[in-house]
Amino acid sequence: MGHRTPLYDQHVAAGARLVDFGGWDMPVHYGSLLDEHHAVRADAGMFDVSHMTVVDVTGVDARAYLRYLLANDVDRVPVGKALYAAMLNEEGGVIDDLIVYRRQDDYRLVVNCGTREKDLAWLAKQSEGFAVQVVERPELAIVAVQGPRARERLSALLGDSRAAAVSGLKVFAFAEDGDWLIARTGYTGEDGVEIILPGADATALWQQLVDAGVRPCGLGARDTLRLEAGMNLYGNDMDETVTPLQAGMGWTVAFSEDRDFIGRTALMAQQQAGHEQFVGLILEGKGVLRAHQKVISATGEGEITSGTFSPTLGLSIALARVPAGTEGKAEVEIRGKRLPVSIVRPPFVRHGKTVYQQ
Amino acid sequence: MSDIRAELRYATSHEWVRLEDDGTAYVGISDHAQDAMGDLVYVELPDVGQQLEVTDEAGVVESVKAASDIYAPVSGEIVAINEALEDTPELVNQDPYGDGWLFQIRLNDKSELEQLLSADDYRTQLDSED
Repeated sequence: MGHRTPLYDQHVAAGARLVDFGGWDMPVHYGSLLDEHHAVRADAGMFDVSHMTVVDVTGVDARAYLRYLLANDVDRVPVGKALYAAMLNEEGGVIDDLIVYRRQDDYRLVVNCGTREKDLAWLAKQSEGFAVQVVERPELAIVAVQGPRARERLSALLGDSRAAAVSGLKVFAFAEDGDWLIARTGYTGEDGVEIILPGADATALWQQLVDAGVRPCGLGARDTLRLEAGMNLYGNDMDETVTPLQAGMGWTVAFSEDRDFIGRTALMAQQQAGHEQFVGLILEGKGVLRAHQKVISATGEGEITSGTFSPTLGLSIALARVPAGTEGKAEVEIRGKRLPVSIVRPPFVRHGKTVYQQ
Repeated sequence: MSDIRAELRYATSHEWVRLEDDGTAYVGISDHAQDAMGDLVYVELPDVGQQLEVTDEAGVVESVKAASDIYAPVSGEIVAINEALEDTPELVNQDPYGDGWLFQIRLNDKSELEQLLSADDYRTQLDSED
């Protein structure tokens, strides 16, 4: 038996198909992945992501520690905003990608579940010499409510102050109300919020949302939605052997003169030397692109890192790492056959609309 | 509880076979198989005229999440494929024993059907997989 989130019994009652995900029994879908996907694009859906690891970083050196630990710079955002960042090893490889919430006196991180142990070990190791406390918060659950009507449907269920927070948040901003942290962030390419809250509150909120018609969605739809949105998945699109520059995450690296961070030297060298690029692929005919399929183009060979059928577009899409300068058309090898693909710039879908560019 | 039809024979790899009076048979995947795969989005079928031996790869069904090979449950020549699946693979989910059939095969040897599972045997297999 795997770990269970506080919402486990509700998933079972709703008919979820449960799978092992990083040691947790998590819903992959509740009947139809496609229907769940479309619900998020058209209306509102919700995800239990309580398996993710919440870590609070406090202490007088918290800022200095995170500025050394992360390739993105926590000083880039003001108090009350979230920042997407990569945590690198000395070679510039990605140990994990995470969200940092900059609070008044400290910081909260949300890291992946599959990398929890190595992340906590790395956070502890790198904290030597800094006056910080790194404290995991396993008692907290996370519920993501996503879709064009997500905030409207959610705020109708909440008390005045929380409803106002949900309605008034700017993109990537968060508000805290009691022991809830409500952030206007997500992993779907739609509007919505992610709420970090005590487990007992999560079960009550989930039921209220179900009663209000917000559709429970599993990890399957979470993956198709994030891929359409051109968002990376740790372990697929990047890992410790891949730098953010090779994973389309260059925008998350803050190379300022005055800040050293772990992996900076390696990234600077790679930037000078040149590196592979991260692109989107559209399969021109029928079939489904999958991770690890080979991409063949005039510039050489590359590899798909994530691929799926796109429910919104009705065709197959992928993210791939290819040689620098690859553009236009390429081919992907599927079961011994070479099929034509177009190379595009992700994202594929945002806010319900097709947005990719060739 | 998945639907298992008494009049069909089943392969351990979850294909079903329905013998017709003219010596051909229709082949599809079981209700259990379609349910386990989830929403199908692509089906690759053999070519009409192709000769297949038992357990030869006869196609692929792909859901959003995964691809799964289809194996020939009997040997013979493909005489028809379900062309509707090219644009509507979801028929396999909606009606796995009817409109969601995959291909029709002219059997080389009807006695091969006896090597396949009866509905009861297939039920026993599914129960042991749970």
